[in-house]
Amino acid sequence: GRGGRDGMNGSEVWMGLGFGRDMSWTPRAVNVDLQTDATLQVDISDALSERDKVKFTVHTKSTLPNFKQNEFSVVRQHEEFIWLHDSFVENEDYAGYIIPPAPPRPDFDASREKLQKLGEGEGSMTKEEFTKMKQELEAEYLAIFKKTVAMHEVFLCRVAAHPVLKKDLNFHVFLEYNQDLSVRGKNKKEKLEDFFKNVVKSADGVLVAGVKDVDDFFEHEKTFLLEYHNRVKDASLKSDKMIRSHKNAADDINRISSSLYTLGTQDSTDVCKFFLKVSELLEKTRKIEARVAADEDLKLADLLKYYLRESQAAKDLLYRRGRALVDYENANKALDKARSKNKDVLQAETGQQLCCHKFEKISESAKQELVDFKTRRVAAFRKNLVELAELELKHAKGHLQLLQSCLGILKGDT
Amino acid sequence: MAEQTDYREPEPGRGEEFSPEAEPLNSNGQNSLLEEEEEEEEEGEDLFTEATEEVSLDSPERDVLLSDGPSPVTPPASLISPHLPHNHLYTHCSFDEMEEEDTPDLFDISILVSDPEKVGEGMNAYMAYKVTTQTSMSLFKSPQATVRRRFSDFLGLHGKLATRYLHVGYLVPPAPEKSIVGMTKVKVGKDDSSSNEFVEKRRAALERYLMRTAKHPVLLKDPDLLTFLECSELPRALSTQALSGAGILRMVNKAADAVNKMTIKMTESDTWFEEKQQKFENLDIQLRKLHCSLDSLVCHRKELSVNTALFAKSAAMLGNSEDHTALSRALSQLAEVEEKVEQLHQDQAGADFYLLAELLADYIRLIGSVKGVFDQRVRLWQRLQDSLLLLQKKRDAEAKLHANKPEKLQQARDDIREETEELEGKVQQGERDFEQISKTIRKELFRFEKERVTDFKEVIIKYLESLVQTQQQLIKYWEAFLPEAKAIS
Repeated sequence: GRGGRDGMNGSEVWMGLGFGRDMSWTPRAVNVDLQTDATLQVDISDALSERDKVKFTVHTKSTLPNFKQNEFSVVRQHEEFIWLHDSFVENEDYAGYIIPPAPPRPDFDASREKLQKLGEGEGSMTKEEFTKMKQELEAEYLAIFKKTVAMHEVFLCRVAAHPVLKKDLNFHVFLEYNQDLSVRGKNKKEKLEDFFKNVVKSADGVLVAGVKDVDDFFEHEKTFLLEYHNRVKDASLKSDKMIRSHKNAADDINRISSSLYTLGTQDSTDVCKFFLKVSELLEKTRKIEARVAADEDLKLADLLKYYLRESQAAKDLLYRRGRALVDYENANKALDKARSKNKDVLQAETGQQLCCHKFEKISESAKQELVDFKTRRVAAFRKNLVELAELELKHAKGHLQLLQSCLGILKGDT
Repeated sequence: MAEQTDYREPEPGRGEEFSPEAEPLNSNGQNSLLEEEEEEEEEGEDLFTEATEEVSLDSPERDVLLSDGPSPVTPPASLISPHLPHNHLYTHCSFDEMEEEDTPDLFDISILVSDPEKVGEGMNAYMAYKVTTQTSMSLFKSPQATVRRRFSDFLGLHGKLATRYLHVGYLVPPAPEKSIVGMTKVKVGKDDSSSNEFVEKRRAALERYLMRTAKHPVLLKDPDLLTFLECSELPRALSTQALSGAGILRMVNKAADAVNKMTIKMTESDTWFEEKQQKFENLDIQLRKLHCSLDSLVCHRKELSVNTALFAKSAAMLGNSEDHTALSRALSQLAEVEEKVEQLHQDQAGADFYLLAELLADYIRLIGSVKGVFDQRVRLWQRLQDSLLLLQKKRDAEAKLHANKPEKLQQARDDIREETEELEGKVQQGERDFEQISKTIRKELFRFEKERVTDFKEVIIKYLESLVQTQQQLIKYWEAFLPEAKAIS
C-alpha cells in the first residue's frame, strides 16, 4: 500500500496512513459470517486517512452481466456509504428487509487530539518516553483506522450477500461509477428535518408497538428484540468502559517501566540489574496488555456494537410491519364503513387490497429476515467468543512465560 | 589540636580506615578508639552538666535540634533496664563500641503486628494492635513476647529513638504517617471496605516499621525499644502531635532550613559526602516519580476491577434475554469468567499497593531521614567553625593582654586563660563530634544501601510471583470457558 506520511509539527498534527492488501491483516468482516458469492464479491482493498476524511477504495469482482468489467475499483468516502444506506431505508420495496446498518462515521478526533498533546508536551519528557508514547498513539490511530475500514466493508458485504439488495441499482452505481457521486452531507435544514422525522417515528413506534400481534412469532420477536436491544446497548457501554480501564492500566505500566529504567541506570548497587530487567519485562508485558485490550475491543466490544445496530435495524423492520398492520386494519375499518354507507366502496376495496398486499409481503420476508438475523447473530457470537477465549489464552500464556523467565534470571542472581 | 577552618580527614597513620568496604576498624583502630573513649567518659559527665535545656516528652525534637550542645538526654527513670552492661549509653563512642563487639547472638528476630481491635467508643476510641516478638537473642527476656499497643505508642517510641539518635547521625526509621481522615472513619464506626483497608494499611506499615527498627544493630539494643516489645504496660505517650514521622521530619527540615538561611557554604573536603548527597537527591526524585506512577496503576486496576464487575452483570443480563439456548448459556459463562477476572484485578491491585507502592513510600521517607543526618553534619561543622572563630578571637585578645601591662592584670589574664581553655575544649569536642557523625553516617549509609538492595530484590521477586499467579489463574478461567464457547451451535 501507500506509505504513511507522518508530519508532526507543533501546531498541525495529522497522519496520512495507507495500507494495502499485502499487510497480513485482512479487513474481512469479523462480525458477520457471510457466504461469499462468486457472482458478486466486494471488499475494501485500500484506504487512505487524510486530515478530515478517509478515502476507501472499494474493489468489486463480479460475473454479473450488468457491469462493464469483471473487476474494478472506485474511491468512496463515508458520506457516500450513508447515502446508499439511506436510499435503502427510504425505498418502500425494501420495507420487509432488515436494512444492513450504516457504518459509523470515522472518528479520529480523540486520537488526533492525543497526538497533538504529545507533540506539545515533547519538551517535558525524555526522548525514550516520547518515542514510546508516539509509537503507542500511532498504533492506536492505526487500530481505529482498521476498525472503520472493517465496518465500512461489513456494510458492503452484507448488501452484496442479500438476495434482493445486491441487485439494487444505487448499489451498482456506488460500486461502479468512478466519479464522485456528488453526495454532499446533509445541510442544517435537512438534519433538522431528519431529527423531527425520528421524533415522530419513535412516537409512532411506541403506538404501533402497543398493538398486539395475532401472530405468535412476531409477538415473541417484538418482546425479544426490545429487551435484547437494551441489554446489548448496556453490555456495549460496559465493555467499552472495561476496555478503557485496561488501556489506562497498560499506560501506567509504560511509565513505570521508564522510571525503573532510569533508576537502573542511576543505581550503582546490585539492585540496578533488577531494575533494568524488570523495566525490560514491563515494557514487553505492557505490549501484551495493550494487545489484550485491543483484542477484547475487536472481539467483544465491536461485536456488541454491531449487534446493537443490527438489532435496531431489526426493530425498524418490525416497526414497518407494525405500521403496515395498523394501516391494514385501518383500511379494513374504512372498507367496512364504506360498505355500510355504500359510498366509495371501490376506492376502499382497492386501498384495502393494497394494504393487505403490502402487509403480507412484509410479513413474509420479515419472518425470513428475522430467522436469518438469529442465525447470523449466533454464528457471529460463537466465532467471536471462541476467538476471544483463544486470544486471551494466547496472551496469558505468553505473559506467563515472560514472567517466569524473568523470575528465573532474577532468582538465580540473589 | 590543629587550628584549621576546614575539617580534614585524619591521617591514615592514626590507624582508622574510613572506606565503607573495609571492616569498620582494624585492631589498631580499636585500641586508639578505646584510648579516646576513656577521655570521653570523663567528658561525658561534663556534657550532661553543660545541658542548658531539659528534654520533656512534650516537645522533644524542637529543643533537641535547635539547642547548642549535643542533646542532653535524661532517660525516663522507669525505663533504665538494669540488665544492660553500660550505664552511659548515650555518649557517642559507646555506640561504636557496642557495634564493634562481637554480637553474641545472630540477628534472629521476627516481629508481627496483628489482630487490630477497636477499643472504646466514639471519638475516644482507638485501635489496639497485637505485637508479637519471636527471637532467640539473649537481649530479650524471653523467646516470645506478646503485647498490645496503640498507634500513639509507636509514635512515642519513635520520638524517643529520634531524640536520642538522629542528631548523631543514625538513620532512625520514620514512623508511619498519622491520618486524621482515616482514623476518624474507624472511630465513628464505619465498617466498610475503605476503613478496613485503612486499618490493614496501618497494620502493615507498623509491622514494617518495627522490623526495620529492630534490624538496626544499635537501635535494637535501645531500652525503650526492648520495653516496647516486652512490657505489658507502657506509660502513655503524651503529645504525640509533634512526634509523628512527618512532624519529626518537619523539625529536621526546619532546622536544615535554618542552616541554609545562615548561608552556610560548607567547604566539603570529603567528596564521598558530596557524591552520596547527589545520589540520594537523584534517588529521591526517581522514587517519587515511580511511586506516582504506581499510585496511578493501583487506581486504574481498581477501576478495571469495578468495570469488569459491571460488565459481568451486563453480560449475564444479555445471556438471560438471548433466546438461543446454547448462546445464552455461553454468555452466562462469560459473565462468570469476568466475575472471577474482576477478583483477580482486585487482588493484583492489592499486590501493586502493599508490595511495591508502600515499599517506595517507606524508602522515600527513609531518604528524608538520610537528608536529615546530612544536614545535621553540616550544622555540626558550622558549630565547629563558630567555636574556632571564637577561640581565635580569644587567643588574639590573650596575646594583646600579654603585650600590654603584664603584671597588673594577672586576674584578667587568668580569666582569659580559663576562657581560652574552655573554648579549646569546645573546639576539641566539636571536632570529635564532627568526626564522629561523619563516621557514623558512612557506616549507616553502608548498612542502608545493603538493606535497600535486599529489600528491593525481595519485594520485586514477590511482586513478580504475584503477577505469575494472576496469569496462571487467567489461563485456568479461559481454558474452562473455551469449550463452552465452542459448544454454541
